[in-house]
Amino acid sequence: MAKVIINRERCKGCFLCVSVCPKRLIKKGSKLNKRGSNFVEIDPAGVCVGCARCAIICPDCCIEVYK
Amino acid sequence: MKKIFTRPEALKDAPNHYCPGCGHGIAHRLIAEIVDETGIRERVIGVAPVGCAVVAYDYWNFDCSEAAHGRALAVATAIKRLRPQNIVFTYQGDGDLAAIGTNETIHAANRGENLTVIFINNAIYGMTGGQMAPTTLVGQKTATTPSGREGKGHGYPLKISEILSLLPGVCYVERVSFQDPQHVLKAKAAIKQAFLNQIKGQGFSLVEILSPCPTYWGMSPKDALDWTRDVMQKEFPLGKIK
Repeated sequence: MAKVIINRERCKGCFLCVSVCPKRLIKKGSKLNKRGSNFVEIDPAGVCVGCARCAIICPDCCIEVYK
Repeated sequence: MKKIFTRPEALKDAPNHYCPGCGHGIAHRLIAEIVDETGIRERVIGVAPVGCAVVAYDYWNFDCSEAAHGRALAVATAIKRLRPQNIVFTYQGDGDLAAIGTNETIHAANRGENLTVIFINNAIYGMTGGQMAPTTLVGQKTATTPSGREGKGHGYPLKISEILSLLPGVCYVERVSFQDPQHVLKAKAAIKQAFLNQIKGQGFSLVEILSPCPTYWGMSPKDALDWTRDVMQKEFPLGKIK
């Protein structure tokens, strides 16, 4: 199973990753970071396939993918 | 577990100043990835523009120079002629490359300088507050065309890639987009080709990227990506032009 790690402080909340995840595992979070952005969160119960589409579209390089 | 995607070494671990959903961040990362993959970090020199990407050198972990507005290709020409062993690229927006710098751009291309140009086309002036750019689409509303650009009077979108492809000194021109992850990977392949052309000494290469500007288009980042696909590409079709 693959794993995605999101840099919460770097996320600006553009939600492009949310729109491209084929498994719909990334969601708009409920908390704000120091920047004041609504960062994204991963659904811990979901099964990530490690396609890295979220990381490829992220303009701020906040996402690391492990497989 | 193996790390399959992470920040490239050539991209500094620093937060960038771009708006949420801006295409500059993706373009910076792709260039950094290619610099790492081709192993040219010790000999690459980037030339930053004036525009939103004016402090691009703060984000790349390799040597960079700054150029006066529109003059990035003139500066790059000098660097490349004095230091032919270096790989020199310019990173310019549409206001920089296609408006104030049209002269420098056309003549550097016509001389067939062995350079790589990354041209970010977002159809608007970002840094100065969303005014009309030469690449603004007919009908597009901007701060200086509040009722939409009109072809007669304001001019039509300037197709720099098509213009440059007519010149014999130009080796490679391709237009790409960031509309979805697959197209980001295609954009990366095109930028890599442009760098490899220079490494092989084949001459002037330009990659035009249709990049979203959600802030001044007045859209969400996702809608801005869709707009590059559904609206911008009718005027600026994707593909290899030369």
